[in-house]
Amino acid sequence: MSRLSETFRRLAKEKKTALMPFITAGDPDMDTSYRLLLELEQNGADIIELGIPFSDPIADGLTIQRSSQRSLKKGANVTKIMDMLTRIREKSKIPIVFMTYYNLVYHYGVEKFVKDSVDSGANGLIIPDLPPEEAFDLRSAADRYGLDIIFLLAPTSTPERIKLISNSSSGFIYYVSLTGITGARTSLADGIKSQVESISHQSDTPVAVGFGISTPAQAAQIAACADGVIVGSALINIIESNLADEDALIKKAGEFILSLRREMDKTNDK
Amino acid sequence: MTLPDNKGHFGIYGGKYVPETLMPALAELEENYNKFKDDSDFQAELQYYLKQAVGRPTPLYYAKRLTKYLGGAKIYLKREDLCHTGAHKINNTLGQALLAVRMGKKRIIAETGAGQHGVATATAAAMFGLECEIFMGQEDIDRQKLNVFRMRLLGAKVNPVTSGSQTLKDAVNETMRDWVTNVGSTYYIIGSVVGPHPYPMIVRDFQAVIGNEAKAQILQSENRLPDYLAACVGGGSNSMGLFYPFIEDSEVKLIGIEAAGLGVDTNKHAASLSAGSLGVLHGSMSYLLQEEDGQITPAHSISAGLDYPGVGPEHSWLKDTGRAEYHSITDKEALSAFDLLSKLEGIIPALESSHAIAYLQKMAPHTKKDEIIILCLSGRGDKDVTQVS
Repeated sequence: MSRLSETFRRLAKEKKTALMPFITAGDPDMDTSYRLLLELEQNGADIIELGIPFSDPIADGLTIQRSSQRSLKKGANVTKIMDMLTRIREKSKIPIVFMTYYNLVYHYGVEKFVKDSVDSGANGLIIPDLPPEEAFDLRSAADRYGLDIIFLLAPTSTPERIKLISNSSSGFIYYVSLTGITGARTSLADGIKSQVESISHQSDTPVAVGFGISTPAQAAQIAACADGVIVGSALINIIESNLADEDALIKKAGEFILSLRREMDKTNDK
Repeated sequence: MTLPDNKGHFGIYGGKYVPETLMPALAELEENYNKFKDDSDFQAELQYYLKQAVGRPTPLYYAKRLTKYLGGAKIYLKREDLCHTGAHKINNTLGQALLAVRMGKKRIIAETGAGQHGVATATAAAMFGLECEIFMGQEDIDRQKLNVFRMRLLGAKVNPVTSGSQTLKDAVNETMRDWVTNVGSTYYIIGSVVGPHPYPMIVRDFQAVIGNEAKAQILQSENRLPDYLAACVGGGSNSMGLFYPFIEDSEVKLIGIEAAGLGVDTNKHAASLSAGSLGVLHGSMSYLLQEEDGQITPAHSISAGLDYPGVGPEHSWLKDTGRAEYHSITDKEALSAFDLLSKLEGIIPALESSHAIAYLQKMAPHTKKDEIIILCLSGRGDKDVTQVS
């Protein structure tokens, strides 16, 4: 069983929902990302989504675009990010999932990317511009090396696609909570609960919900119906507001994750 | 074999590399396109507007003085510069706008670089009373003020894009983001044979009117097929439109001309086929300009219409199979051809088309006098006069 599956199984037993923060590796720099990853884990993150920045992120809103640009300007690339992950693995065992766009994977070499990801300690891979129809090579490499490939579902997905993606996704299924791009929102979209239930009905694979979740209350609301809660832009907004002071950045990011954790656990305890 | 295949691939190229949110919309678009492309009412309406509003068929003009000057094959110019709005772009926007109307979409979005596709889209939207928003890089807005004014005059909203390099590739990103957000109500009119399937096929089919007319016209005037077709390639829509009806005619050589900017050995060019490598950008696999680690390189060309770091997947296929060949022309060479055609033929060509003419300057002297070349004069150059002067 993969480390992601084990984590979801353990959390289900404990009646908890996975908290999955997203950060862009290398924003604002690689050393800060290293410290951030440890801080997020210590404050209650169960799984971390680590973005590998791409110059043209079409599924992302302004917050993650700017974050990607900051990281790229500092010279981040796939190799440096995998090196950082290797260092993190000396201290941290929680599942880490890469999130990136397909050109970077293709350009690096699909099989080599999968192998090097596994060797550096990554557990899964999310590629928002790669539907299962185009993912044959990636999935076959991932099967051989033992990397979970997480596909996304959206509010626009048809029943046939829900079936296809549920059958294709391993580790978990990423449900995009709204018809749109990433970015913090003031309120959640309608119908998330029923959509998550209809996905869960068709598949035993855990369902994590992301896009637009920005406050402890929203995270708790999602925790009540999903197996995982993904928070990205709201966390990156905190990073962006504290670029001048690295220690404050780490501390505030940790506090934010802890506030999500506490509110989610309250819901789960009910 | 007819390409693309049912998954939208031309060999390994093309496909649908998009967020899941858009996958159902692409399926809906493909289904509707397949339904209407053979629908006689749809085709009759399209033909009506192409004739009465665009001014088709465009002439196939024998460029006598250019032919004599270059001293080789007879050169014919397919006069897309005479289309309404000044370039071939309207062939596609009109077709897609009619499709949008049939699909019940009320809002049109599009990206634009120089503004030619934006103007053609705004024009089609105005013709059918559709709401229209155009995404354009801030840098392009600053250097193409006339087209921005035209789009606004035509009732379109022009949204400046300030992310990334603030040019065409970023405008495409932003249009895709809008489409992901408003996919239910909105139709995205892509301006070239790029993007996810079915766009490269749809745009090619609407632009194939160029090649179909040229074929009938040359048969009438010369009673035979040409030996060469030449056209500039940015995303590749005018060239694909000219080439496509001739693909099975193996005796006709297909030549695409890319923008070499300051030179393909510098990092300031837009020659994806000549000097790029395989990758995935804006929804499809094709040749593109990228750095060593897979980040997209901003393109450079004096011609904003060719200033794009990718190219249509079918061109990549034509290159790999050897059916078409691709060359590149620098900014400087294009400027000299711009001048040449103006003085020799009384036609001010777009800077895009000037790249194709510049290649003829190199190639035509090596051809035989009894051979025939058709060159797609994709647009007129009025828009470029301020930049050149």
